[in-house]
Amino acid sequence: MQLEYFLLTAAALFCIGIYGLVNSRNVIRVLMSIELMLNAVNLNLMAFSNYLDPVGINGQVFAVFVISIAAAEAAVGLAIVLSIYRNRDTVDMEQFNLLKW
Amino acid sequence: MTLAEGVQLVTFGLLTAMTLGGALGVVLLDNIVYSAFLLGGVFTSMSGLYILLNAGFVAAAQVLVYVGAVSVLILFGIMLVNKEQAYVPMKRAWLGKTATGGVCVGLFALLTASTLNTPWAISSQVPTGDMATVTIGIHFFTDYLLPFELASVLLLIALIGAIVLARREFIPDVAPGEPASEALQLPERPRELVSSVSGSEADS
Repeated sequence: MQLEYFLLTAAALFCIGIYGLVNSRNVIRVLMSIELMLNAVNLNLMAFSNYLDPVGINGQVFAVFVISIAAAEAAVGLAIVLSIYRNRDTVDMEQFNLLKW
Repeated sequence: MTLAEGVQLVTFGLLTAMTLGGALGVVLLDNIVYSAFLLGGVFTSMSGLYILLNAGFVAAAQVLVYVGAVSVLILFGIMLVNKEQAYVPMKRAWLGKTATGGVCVGLFALLTASTLNTPWAISSQVPTGDMATVTIGIHFFTDYLLPFELASVLLLIALIGAIVLARREFIPDVAPGEPASEALQLPERPRELVSSVSGSEADS
């Protein structure tokens, strides 16, 4: 078992998350992609914590912080999605152009 | 290679396959409900990877927070917002997809190259293992005390903010018999309006 395996897994997960973030039409799927990217970052932190700092485990502390921030982000994001759905009656990302021009 | 290393490697391979396959399903599947359930699978296998990294506490927190809270929250969001909608095909959508795919593959190649070429200072100390919970607690109440308190304040702010953003502005008083006007109906799936007063109070 090596550090590089975990880092490569995290990199692949992050890239999949970016692809979904940019290409999704559904707003909920965009939120899911953001969660995937946050999980990739968490996996990176945990891998570094285990292999480079196995006694101090500062990385695990950071991962716990990221998990709590992600929970807050999901709650606020879904509230925004719900309220914008009430106003625009759609979940299509391409039709949310309030701030575009 | 000892037996333990072999078991670790096989477990890592299985969990990675589950994680990446589930993530691809989340992004590429058409049905969003399947995506949400696959997201729960991705979170679960991520917690397995954390256990493989000697972090039992964070694995438990991952299962509790992500699988228990975030997945359920997303499923509730899908149920509230789910609208059968035929997306209008965009002009030159393939161009954006190809460009994004190219950027993602390029980023992955860059990250792979930098990962493999960096001389990591692998520590030779024995990992703390199950004592990690105690160590995390010590960290929280000594050198990470301020971020810990700020995180609790942020969770409170997010709680109140989510309620304020998602609540209805007012609840209309509709007598049980008469139909509600179109303007007062919510766009969510169940189209029945629940009147805020009971029938006997409305009559009196």
